[in-house]
Amino acid sequence: MAELTKSGVAGVLARQGILIAFVIFMVGFAIANQRFIAVDNVFGVIRSSAILGVMALGVTFVVIGGNLDLSVGSMMSFSTIVVLDLHDKLGPALAIPAMFALTLLLGAFIGFLVGYLKLNSLIVTLGMLSAIHGLTLTWSGGKNMDIADKSGTWFGFFGQGSVMGIPMPILMFAGLAAVLGIVLARTPFGRKVYAVGGNGTAATFSGVPRARVVFTTYLLSAFCVATAGLMQASRSMGSQNTVGQGMELEVLAAVILGGASLLGGSGTIFKTVIGVLILGFIQNGLLLVGLEFYVQYVVTWTIIILAVWLDIAAKRGRLWSPIA
Amino acid sequence: MTDQTPALRLEGIVKTFPGVRALDDVSFAVMPGEVHALMGENGAGKSTLMKVLGGIHQPDEGRIFIDEEATVMTSPIQAKARGVVFIHQELSLADELSVAENIFLGELPRKTLGRVDWAALYARTDDILGKLNVGFNARTRVGELSIANQQMVEIARALTVDPRAVIFDEPTASLTDAEKVVLFDVIADLKARGVGIVYISHRMEEIFKITDRISVLRDGQYRGTLNTSETDEDEVTQLMIGRSLDLSRNHAHAELGEVAIEVRGLSCGKVYRDISFSVRRGEVVGFYGLVGAGRTEIAETIFGLRDPDAGAIYLDGKEVRIASPIDAIRHGISLVPEDRKGQGLVLGMNCRDNMTLPQVDDMTSSVFVSERAELSIFDHYKDKLDIRTPGWRQTVGNLSGGNQQKIVIGKWLSMNPKLLIVDEPTRGIDVGSKAEIHNLIRDLATQGYAVIVISSEMPEVLHLADRVVAMHQGRIVREFTAEEVTEDSLIQAISGIGGNGAAQADVTAQDAGCSRPH
Ligand SMILES: Nc1ncnc2c1ncn2[C@@H]1O[C@H](COP(=O)(O)OP(=O)(O)OP(=O)(O)O)[C@@H](O)[C@H]1O
Ligand SMILES: [Mg+2]
Repeated sequence: MAELTKSGVAGVLARQGILIAFVIFMVGFAIANQRFIAVDNVFGVIRSSAILGVMALGVTFVVIGGNLDLSVGSMMSFSTIVVLDLHDKLGPALAIPAMFALTLLLGAFIGFLVGYLKLNSLIVTLGMLSAIHGLTLTWSGGKNMDIADKSGTWFGFFGQGSVMGIPMPILMFAGLAAVLGIVLARTPFGRKVYAVGGNGTAATFSGVPRARVVFTTYLLSAFCVATAGLMQASRSMGSQNTVGQGMELEVLAAVILGGASLLGGSGTIFKTVIGVLILGFIQNGLLLVGLEFYVQYVVTWTIIILAVWLDIAAKRGRLWSPIA
Repeated sequence: MTDQTPALRLEGIVKTFPGVRALDDVSFAVMPGEVHALMGENGAGKSTLMKVLGGIHQPDEGRIFIDEEATVMTSPIQAKARGVVFIHQELSLADELSVAENIFLGELPRKTLGRVDWAALYARTDDILGKLNVGFNARTRVGELSIANQQMVEIARALTVDPRAVIFDEPTASLTDAEKVVLFDVIADLKARGVGIVYISHRMEEIFKITDRISVLRDGQYRGTLNTSETDEDEVTQLMIGRSLDLSRNHAHAELGEVAIEVRGLSCGKVYRDISFSVRRGEVVGFYGLVGAGRTEIAETIFGLRDPDAGAIYLDGKEVRIASPIDAIRHGISLVPEDRKGQGLVLGMNCRDNMTLPQVDDMTSSVFVSERAELSIFDHYKDKLDIRTPGWRQTVGNLSGGNQQKIVIGKWLSMNPKLLIVDEPTRGIDVGSKAEIHNLIRDLATQGYAVIVISSEMPEVLHLADRVVAMHQGRIVREFTAEEVTEDSLIQAISGIGGNGAAQADVTAQDAGCSRPH
């Protein structure tokens, strides 16, 4: 087994396919429209991607663990409505932890069903998508929720404030990404998530508590959703019941775009962040180019599917494969 | 044979993977009606060479000839159309499909409008299965079959077409003797029909029993071809590993200590009944029996993967309840499971992380996994077990079969278990490493560990064990000491008084009675 000294250009290409596609895409748009790479535009994109990004961080754990979470969009609506409602009733200092507790309860419930009862995560979270939506409407009575005294509270800090000139949403996204990135890459728990998603049976045979690991990934996901809900509520100080509607698919797209496998066992937080940014920049770029809103949906999803295909093709070394 | 044209021929094949030159200018030919063994250490490139031939890998350089006609193999389907059938080392069946669908996958018999002709499908499959003398039928779902029977399904695929050449990549690794006899009949039959056969195996007895010529690979390079009738094990081993092996049976018996584990009256539905035995420190106890005799299931029970209906387990004299592998590991038990791909490894994970998985909680400095601690374990067992990999980062799924098995062994040895249970520990492992692993197991015993060896290879059991427990259809039928055990007495014991064939004894154990809760 002679060691190869030839530098693995092809290998790098295969591993970083999405990243390279991202760079090409950015350069292309930058040439088409100068404003695209203006600092304020770049900041703007990251800022508006932050909420989606925070949710994607949690879903990354769930997906690597071999499951899906389609409930995050409607759960985010729930968190947003709840924290806005409680803000006026309890004050922000109590409303925030109360909202986190309730959202985590939902996550624990899903985690229990999928982890301990071993129910199919697609079915469970799809069901929860609707159920939580119903819960939200019940809570709000179907009405929009608004903070009465918008100027008399510090609650707006998480969505509108900034520290040393950097907007809070960006800081929170970056901070959470850093922490969760380390948790996933460097702790025993992170390792177990990969093992459970890669081969659950082998994980069990290795003494990994599979149910508990899956349960915990859903708790983490709920925590991220709660954070996203806080950011959303704080930014707008008021909200409809459907604020997170459809975000579950965008979140999933970002995670997959980053290169996590839906089969579980692969992906990283860093890649998810790239996926989130790609998605944000695609949408921003199309907007700047001047495409109509509904055409954007078509183009965005075409690009996502193309990117995923190219990524897989690069890994396989051919565009089309008769095997696996 | 020299005046014939080869059924297939490979010329100057080069294949590289990142960090590995798996094949370096290899040429190889198989004559019609010839059984040609391909031998070499784990990672020598045997499977890769055959995957090039079977259209799974494209060679970087080199050419393939079928009946001296240059051919480019672009896919397994095309290879099969050219008459090359490939029985894989790692099982590649669809669990959810029936036996018949798996055997005829991609070429199901059709009626008008493309509808599947199920009647014909099942009839043709049962026809083939009849020749193989197996205990399941065309409609059985593959996922319900034992590994041995899944292997038989793979083998059945060779009989669906009229092939020019059939490649068997370690077909006997998980077969018992009775099934091997059937396989060898199949091979003899193919041979008589003028089919060229490539036979990969690490088992010398088989090689010398059924092959005509032996070609040897080493580190991806062709090392020569020998006529089987004119050579011996020693010469082949020399060619493979560059030295001779001392396989003498001179292990020192350890001082036997206290009873480490005692099992009393353990029962588990129809899977096994009324099992009682004990293992002392320093002792290696072998469990021998046919597939389905219940040995693996007993191991799974001790390891907390299965709840028994009755009976008790005592460790160091105290009754314990082992409800999960976590409990088992806490009690110092290690299990090397029989199915490395399904139970032993996370194939998509790297070598190091796989090896340290059971103890990852203990490998931390502060809250983070300590890479240094992990690497020291990995490096230790990489050297000790001679694991061939370009580095710890390599994905385990990219290792050769034998090297994957070594990762599993390293994983459980590194736990320093008080009780080590190994289930078919040397499946797919080359002769040199096998001797090494046997020595390691004996060493562990000498150091005062208790060891249970489950193996379908009689020489392995005879070589390793101080005591042999013979099982038949879920019951212990006899215990032998190393002094009194002989091959004949063991065969008699495990085949039961009435002499049941393997086909009948095969049980899809998971279905019967107490099931695996995890
Ligand atoms: N897909 C792959 N990616 C990277 N390396 C690979 C891949 N397939 C095989 N290799 C490497 O090529 C070498 C030859 O592997 P191969 O599977 O052919 O060995 P083998 O002779 O069949 O061994 P064994 O007796 O263990 O089955 C090994 O070092 C292996 O790690
Ligand atoms: Mg092989």
